[in-house]
Amino acid sequence: MTATAWHNPLRDPRDRRLPRIAGPSGLVIFGVTGDLSRKKLMPAVYDLANRGLLPPGFSLLGFARREWEDQDFAEVVHDAVREHARTPFREEVWQQLADGMRFIPGDFDDDTAFEQLRDAVDELDDKRGTSGNYAFYLSVPPKFFPKVVEQLKKHGLADAPEGSWRRAVIEKPFGHDLKSAQELNRIVHEVFAPDQVFRIDHYLGKETVQNILALRFANQMYEPVWNRSYVDHVQITMAEDIGIGGRAGYYDGIGAARDVIQNHLLQLMALTAMEEPASFDAASLVTEKLKVLKSVRLPADLERSTVRAQYAAGWQGGERVRGYLQEDGIDPRSTTDTYAAVKLEVDNRRWAGVPFYLRTGKRLGRRVTEIAVVFQRAPHSPFDSTATEELGQNAIVIRVQPDEGMTVRFGSKVPGTSMEIRDVSMDFAYGESFTESSPEAYERLILDVLLGDANLFPRTEEVEESWRILDPVEEHWDTLGRPAQYASGSWGPEEADEMLARDGRSWRRP
Amino acid sequence: MKIDLTDTTASKINKALVETRRAIGIPAVGMVLTMVIVTDEENAYDATKAAQDAAREHPSRTLVVIKRTARTPRDRQGTRLDAEARVGADAGTGETVILRLYGEVGQHADSVVLPLLLPDAPVVVWWPVDAPEVPVKDPLGALAARRITDAYAVEEPLAALAARAASYAPGDTDLAWTRLTPWRSMLAAALDQARAEIVSAAVESEAENPSAELLARWLGVRLGVPVERVTTAGPVVTAVRLGTANGEIRIDRPEGPVATLSLPGQPERTLALKVRPTAELIAEELRRLDADEMYAVALHGEAATPKESVHHA
Repeated sequence: MTATAWHNPLRDPRDRRLPRIAGPSGLVIFGVTGDLSRKKLMPAVYDLANRGLLPPGFSLLGFARREWEDQDFAEVVHDAVREHARTPFREEVWQQLADGMRFIPGDFDDDTAFEQLRDAVDELDDKRGTSGNYAFYLSVPPKFFPKVVEQLKKHGLADAPEGSWRRAVIEKPFGHDLKSAQELNRIVHEVFAPDQVFRIDHYLGKETVQNILALRFANQMYEPVWNRSYVDHVQITMAEDIGIGGRAGYYDGIGAARDVIQNHLLQLMALTAMEEPASFDAASLVTEKLKVLKSVRLPADLERSTVRAQYAAGWQGGERVRGYLQEDGIDPRSTTDTYAAVKLEVDNRRWAGVPFYLRTGKRLGRRVTEIAVVFQRAPHSPFDSTATEELGQNAIVIRVQPDEGMTVRFGSKVPGTSMEIRDVSMDFAYGESFTESSPEAYERLILDVLLGDANLFPRTEEVEESWRILDPVEEHWDTLGRPAQYASGSWGPEEADEMLARDGRSWRRP
Repeated sequence: MKIDLTDTTASKINKALVETRRAIGIPAVGMVLTMVIVTDEENAYDATKAAQDAAREHPSRTLVVIKRTARTPRDRQGTRLDAEARVGADAGTGETVILRLYGEVGQHADSVVLPLLLPDAPVVVWWPVDAPEVPVKDPLGALAARRITDAYAVEEPLAALAARAASYAPGDTDLAWTRLTPWRSMLAAALDQARAEIVSAAVESEAENPSAELLARWLGVRLGVPVERVTTAGPVVTAVRLGTANGEIRIDRPEGPVATLSLPGQPERTLALKVRPTAELIAEELRRLDADEMYAVALHGEAATPKESVHHA
């Protein structure tokens, strides 16, 4: 893990039973009382420990504005683990973990609190052998980032002692446009070196997303057709059935495009469209993803190739729900988008002329994320038109969530005497071939942070490049009046359907 | 769903499986391997149960081959194959076929198993007891990519290890080795932390424990130091001590599931290190189906008593 060339004789690449265990280290969570921390981070830490992937002496430090003792904190983690962990609760694993839990009460302005944090870190190094290796997880709103990193720097927490590391983990949003993203990067990078900053895009920790690369580059049968000669267009969808819930303060003014397209969907698009990386290390992956993001072009007429909308009151799944403008804490004149669809083109030899349609929205039909690669129709059909009336276009659909897996859609003869061809699907579900073994995205990502493996984290340049793609769209939307409305529980506004209809295509019903 | 087929053949069993699946609407996709368990009636229940639990992680078709011996010479004349097939909810995520072989067909179990293997999927053979002398030469073992034996289930474990070493072929593995993975990963992690040269080593365990022996051989090969074997009251492996210039790295597990780890100059820490049930061992075995080279290294490592055959890896 560190720079020295010491090699552990008990480790050997041929010894594949031995798991990748993180080296001696600790995790400091700021905003540890938040939802994300309780529902995802704490259970993920426990699941990692339960799978034996955390080092002996691993320590978990919580920092928040609560009058808690270490035991109170342990109690909260205990409850969170009991409720949300994926693996069964085992007392002995819990004991091992609980010994290394510390809580530091305080504000981000509070110098004494950071002094205490520093003391706790030193004490843990001493007592539990964390060897000075710490990851600081900033599970706090971005407006606090500058304060927290400044305090870390001021109290010497960001400087790694010789032979150890200090890493920063940050969650989206990574700014709200290119300028703010650059500003944020500047602030964080002043304190932490760029390669020690891990941006969490939890989609990239999902097995299916990692499988896109395995599917494309470990197999022979997909890559030959993965280009403009065979692909008609690509649809990337992330739909949520929930509204904004209690997140009005965060959501209003940000909107669906900034919240989802800028990070998740453009990352999925990059993985779908990129060329083969030279190797599987972080640097080669970033090179390829950046290359494809840089070749992304917005169509000239943004009016006709982008759609934004807001959900209106209606019925969803048998429940009456409010419209966006009626939600608590939302200005009735708000123009924030809860649905966004954009058409993008990739200007390179592989994809020229193949549109990528990205859409995301809240209060849509159901919760689903998928990538659909839709193929061109067969150039010539020996069958007459009645035979192929029900035949659609071939498609490969990668289901990112839920029910992770992949579907291949193709035509097949209907049994019977007449020749009639209809769409059928061939399905691979993760839950079917690899039951129970899929770890949660956060497990994988936290482990990768501790191991220093940056493969699954978007780097600075990617974030900035994504904003460069999205900024003109947002600027264009700012010049428009009110967004279109769509009924809650539907698959989005008519304008989005019209946008595809103009190209002679239609959205898949996911 | 459960079907009993008496005095049957492999093709009738295949037909019954297809019909059952069709009747309850589950296609034969998703199963990633065929697991063949060769056992006697006494151990069949536990082994089948462990395999079905493991099948939740690795959906598979499990074939349980049970050779029955008749008590009277007259009954021994007859030959018969009985099958009990479980599909759907009764078999967890995969399907299970229990094959009972009477008489001469018992000598030709491979002829029954071969037609029932899943197409194109790897085959794993597991002998919970009575493993053949040379697993790879066994007619059923020859069908498999992975052959699992268990040195815990024999009268003389250390002699069994010597026999395994002599007949080792890539793809062989033993549950005595699988049981060590948590110990080995903890030792490797401890050494990651201590970062010190090891000058001596000792493994403490109950007498004649094959896992302890494999652990000692592995440590001996990897660390290049002689490894002392210390006999304790058990259960199984109770402690490992690695000597460094600054003191001892020690993992103590007097009785599971909690162990203590001591590193030079650091306070003791507790570790979770429990004895795992067979289902978890089998699930670990099925995670990788290629040859386990490190097992070969440990198996061929320096044995405790010089009279046993010693191979250098």
